[in-house]
Amino acid sequence: MKKIFTALVLVGSSVLYVFLRTVPVSQTVAHSSAPMPAAPPAMPVSSASVSAKSAYKDGAYIGSMADAYYGTIEVQATIRNGSLADVAFLSYPNDRGTSRFINGQAMPMLTQEAISAQSANVDIISGATDTSLAFRQSLASALEKAHS
Amino acid sequence: MHETRLIMGMPIEIEIVGAGNADALEAAFAFLVAVDERFSTYKEESEISRLSRAGALERVLNGEVQASADMREVLALAERTKAETGGYFDIRCPDGTIDPSGIVKGWAVKNAAARIRAAGHEDFFVNAGGDIAMGGVNAAGGPWSVGIRNPFKTNEVVKIVYPKGRGVATSGSYIRGAHIYNPHAPEEELRDIVSTTVIGPDVLEADRFATAAFAMGRRGIEFIETLQGFEGYAIDAEGVATMTSGLGVFTMP
Repeated sequence: MKKIFTALVLVGSSVLYVFLRTVPVSQTVAHSSAPMPAAPPAMPVSSASVSAKSAYKDGAYIGSMADAYYGTIEVQATIRNGSLADVAFLSYPNDRGTSRFINGQAMPMLTQEAISAQSANVDIISGATDTSLAFRQSLASALEKAHS
Repeated sequence: MHETRLIMGMPIEIEIVGAGNADALEAAFAFLVAVDERFSTYKEESEISRLSRAGALERVLNGEVQASADMREVLALAERTKAETGGYFDIRCPDGTIDPSGIVKGWAVKNAAARIRAAGHEDFFVNAGGDIAMGGVNAAGGPWSVGIRNPFKTNEVVKIVYPKGRGVATSGSYIRGAHIYNPHAPEEELRDIVSTTVIGPDVLEADRFATAAFAMGRRGIEFIETLQGFEGYAIDAEGVATMTSGLGVFTMP
């Protein structure tokens, strides 16, 4: 069951990836100062997965690495209450040679690229923080453990 | 000296290059603790909590109610930012409470950096939960490098920038978990953009516009594009990043 599911997620995400890469790209237009109308929401990755005929087993599952031509894709799918609830990219293709329009629904004037891991040997890291109380409590307790 | 302390509910990291900087480091941290005492919405007796409970925050702005100089400054800044962002930046929450954290962080880091400079140190950085002010060069004599965290794998860096003295801020929603799509709750807001990083003239400017841009969703990066002197890098829920047209300059050391 797990193997079939993993294969389906893999095939589904590979199909989606190929689809996104072959969607015709809009021509670059001259920059205007007026914001573009809101783009339709990007296609959710999970729409490519097969609708479940039977419930999946809850948990997190990692698909094997698949060659998507420009690099590898590896997804982790989370099953909750028997259905797909979450998909995370563990590995995403690297096409650092060119910046390109990957999503056919992108704003044509701004460059896009697939994110990919860079050297972590930097002076400073910038990332969002969640200042909710739960996060603070969790962080505090973790640091407490780090002390002991 | 290089140290990280937990203040304002987040790790705050300060590095000051060179000798004789222990006092400046202590003073910077002490200032940040004082900011937390005044502005923390989690502390019942903070100035902001007391003003919020009394329903007095609006009246601070028009001078009816007394408040500290710092409080008046931050609240005025919040109002100005709200006007400049068409209301997308707003410290008033839907439930009526006031949460200025979207602007206090940048304001605090900017002031901490100013104090370090005033103490005579040119080569340093202050990083409060991704809001960064920097000056001069790193210990090796090179430009400070900043790595933008991968929203999906938070121990990874996905973009390296060299802000060369400018301020950096990242707004995001991914610490709670990479919730790309929830088929069980289609009415739940689809978190399309998960991380927006802004490079601006200073960390306060970067912070207030990063917060606003994040609230605008997919249009946020277009908003940053229209701002003179600001560049941005927005990552969406599928791992695709969109960058403003002038960001390239900052990707080179």
